[in-house]
Amino acid sequence: MSLQLEPTAQNIKDEKIYREMGLTDEEFGMVESILGHLPNYTETGLFSVMWSEHCSYKNSKPLLKKFPVTGEHVLQGPGEGAGIVDIGDGQAVAFKIESHNHPSAIEPYQGAATGVGGIIRDVFSMGARPIAVLNSLRFGELESARVKYLFEEVVAGIAGYGNCIGIPTVGGEIQFDASYDGNPLVNAMCVGLIDHKDIQKGQAKGVGNTVMYVGAKTGRDGIHGATFASEELSDTSDEKRPAVQVGDPFMEKLLLEACLELIKSDALVGIQDMGAAGLTSSSAEMASKAGSGIEMNLDLVPQRETGMTAYEMMLSESQERMLIVIKKGREEEIQELFHKYDLDAVAVGHVTDDKNLRLIHKGEVIADVPADALAEDAPVYHKPSSEPSYYREFQAMHNEEPVVDNIEETLNDLLKQPTIASKEWVYDQYDYQVRTNTVVTPGSDAAVLRIRGTEKALAMTTDCNSRYLYLDPEVGGKIAVAEAARNIVCSGGVPLAITDCLNFGNPENPEIFWQMEKAVDGMSEACHDLEAPVIGGNVSLYNETNGTAVYPTPVVGMVGLIENVEHITTQVFKNAGDLVYVIGETNTEFGGSELQKLVHGRIFGQAPALDLTIEKSRQQQLLQAIQQGLVSSAHDLAEGGLAVALAESTFGTNGLGVEVDLKGSAVTALFSETQSRFLVSVAPEQRKAFESTVDAELIGMVTDQAAIIVRNEGQTVVNRSVKEFEESWRGAISCLLS
Amino acid sequence: MKFAVIVFPGSNCDIDMFHAIKDELGEEVEFVWHDSEDLSGFDGILLPGGFSYGDYLRSGSIARFSNVMKEVVKAAEQGKPVLGVCNGFQILLEAGLLPGAMLRNTNLKFMCRTVGLRVENNETMFTTSFDHGQTIQIPIAHGEGNYYCDDATYKQLLENGQIAFTYEGTNPNGSLGDIAGITNAQGNVLGMMPHPERAVDSLLGSADGLKLFQSIVKHWRDSNVVTA
Repeated sequence: MSLQLEPTAQNIKDEKIYREMGLTDEEFGMVESILGHLPNYTETGLFSVMWSEHCSYKNSKPLLKKFPVTGEHVLQGPGEGAGIVDIGDGQAVAFKIESHNHPSAIEPYQGAATGVGGIIRDVFSMGARPIAVLNSLRFGELESARVKYLFEEVVAGIAGYGNCIGIPTVGGEIQFDASYDGNPLVNAMCVGLIDHKDIQKGQAKGVGNTVMYVGAKTGRDGIHGATFASEELSDTSDEKRPAVQVGDPFMEKLLLEACLELIKSDALVGIQDMGAAGLTSSSAEMASKAGSGIEMNLDLVPQRETGMTAYEMMLSESQERMLIVIKKGREEEIQELFHKYDLDAVAVGHVTDDKNLRLIHKGEVIADVPADALAEDAPVYHKPSSEPSYYREFQAMHNEEPVVDNIEETLNDLLKQPTIASKEWVYDQYDYQVRTNTVVTPGSDAAVLRIRGTEKALAMTTDCNSRYLYLDPEVGGKIAVAEAARNIVCSGGVPLAITDCLNFGNPENPEIFWQMEKAVDGMSEACHDLEAPVIGGNVSLYNETNGTAVYPTPVVGMVGLIENVEHITTQVFKNAGDLVYVIGETNTEFGGSELQKLVHGRIFGQAPALDLTIEKSRQQQLLQAIQQGLVSSAHDLAEGGLAVALAESTFGTNGLGVEVDLKGSAVTALFSETQSRFLVSVAPEQRKAFESTVDAELIGMVTDQAAIIVRNEGQTVVNRSVKEFEESWRGAISCLLS
Repeated sequence: MKFAVIVFPGSNCDIDMFHAIKDELGEEVEFVWHDSEDLSGFDGILLPGGFSYGDYLRSGSIARFSNVMKEVVKAAEQGKPVLGVCNGFQILLEAGLLPGAMLRNTNLKFMCRTVGLRVENNETMFTTSFDHGQTIQIPIAHGEGNYYCDDATYKQLLENGQIAFTYEGTNPNGSLGDIAGITNAQGNVLGMMPHPERAVDSLLGSADGLKLFQSIVKHWRDSNVVTA
């Protein structure tokens, strides 16, 4: 029971109670003038949550407008639960990425679990069958007990939700860096498959139509979650634990199956997930998008607890709920459909023509506010931006090779860096095979799923090297998109589109806003040039702990189309005798590299350069060679450079090794992180055809010696068994955790 | 031959089982919802993996009270082949159609990987297409696959040849005697933690599981098709 009396409208104003809910004085004044009276407690709550950064993007909107969002294959751009891209034959792919950073910092298991649950709902609310989940995770260095706890529990939460609901967790990426110590990043992406004819929208159309609440009951969990997600973390954030939701994947499995049955019914008008800001955002947005209003009687909302107030019900972020609009008179059949799955489906209101969201509780109108004001009219801020002094210092530095005494030992050390080391400890806990479509399982450049009943497959990946972004957000932003595209191409796919999750610090700090601006500029340019529009995403700001921001981390989730399963390519070497090539020249570029971090313990200098014209032409050449069947294996060169890529291509091959001969400086040739490069192996009989298709340098051969041998200017600089390197790489993370 | 894939609330490998039978084995198959009270039209019963009823309380402990389970017991008594995979195996244990119980994996974590299985008995109706002692590659994906039973039961399993599959090499979950799959004494009910339905197409890594389903069909043809 909630015994606390709600403050009166006058109290809220006089005592500035709205500030605790996240509204500024100016914003509260705007609310007052929109309504023409002082907002009561519930109304103040509605505005505070809908005008939070998490729901309104009030600080990021001017930047998001820069993204290219259209393309010949885009069926649904940003603005709905998920974006949708055509893949031919009447089919399409729906996908989106979303953050659950703040909840995961406080309650890592449930924070991560409900992050997965939320993004899955976004995808099936479009009418799509979720077929895969990916993630992108950032933690502090695996040293303190707290970071280890966060890491283990986040992984367990993702596994717990995804495994139970039966959607394979097929891929992702994890980086470790001190900037994420107190503020881990947990981004979850879901990919769904849909027939064009089944595409749904979250719109409350048709005056008189019935608004139904379906799924789990509403409790007091997650109240003001969206507001909490829009402020920095501090030592007192633990007190916000009640703002973290609790997930029930079994309930969501039932809701998923019921909703996918529902979309086949012509009674359905609109459907939307109750995600952030729960009942408030779903009702206000559905009304606003349709240009209509909604009236709801909150007494009818299924409740898990007694004595809930209107404020609590509207702001609850209880999970596994959907709001649907159906044709008037069809309520009974919809109830029967949900009853089959033991789920509540209750008519709670109807569509009106007055464009207001009107809430009735215990016989009284408790809130009556314009839906557009909540969903569309949040203030938009153009924050001041200023170039940080660190950036100028870094730009003035010259690229120098870190000093390396022992190349072989350095490669071994790099393979043990948690960011590079095998993530088997993680993905062993994820069911990545359920639904039996996963052709390329976690650990390769991109995950690949076949599309049953066709020759096609989908490649999917998440990427972002935030160290480059910290050094140079514009170039780093380009690299994040380009690297995702490289991963898709290496798997044999054509990049279709991206979804992004922009994780940054406090935008009110001009230097942070500058990072956002530059990163979005870089990403936009790369999306434009590589023809991969942005079809949706999420912004997570205020990722700071006690005043220290995380590295700028705009995670890119990309999906590509593989036209024929025969084109599917993986990174590991296939046959002894295959020729080994590097595509792309190598420069001395160590700013933000793994080697720099290993040698100096910190990163500095210039990020590696990126030329998008060169990037695109190399990707096209490689893809053409893959599609013509000329390539045995393909791997992009990323963290740790060529040396790490060579090693990774031998791991798991059961007895293959590699011998290469490199010119120039060994340190640069092996460890530089110059962009737009690939490691490729080619069968000898394809040599001529490959060399006439792709500009590449032959550096050596795959052997059956199970050793990695590197010669440089007549000297052998690496000669060690694959087994020894593989043990270092495979065991590093579990070793750090024990 | 006509198979039923039983669907409990929370089953999630039902679709995999369905496609394995329909697309790869080429036999008839239908989904049967957990409240069904009639399985008489089916020749083989398949209990798929997943998290029936969220695996709340204990894996399989709620599902075994479903209406359809009375019919599954009846089918087992009639000698029809009944296969429970992963959560299906756990339900068969809870229902008493197979002896023993499941503990959590010894590392206390869910694990998903492809493992080697040794065919311990190739004379059951589920295993005749394998060679005795053959090693096959089949994926596992479970958090509670650590099979346990008392000494007397284990002795009985050994003596009756009820142990169909054991883990080859490293035992992933700590199961007694490396057990991966067992049958009832009559040999017509098989429970196994590894997923043969995930290993029916070499595009996804292994097709070794298909032979298990082919064995079932072969047995059914031998005993049901009258030769002139």
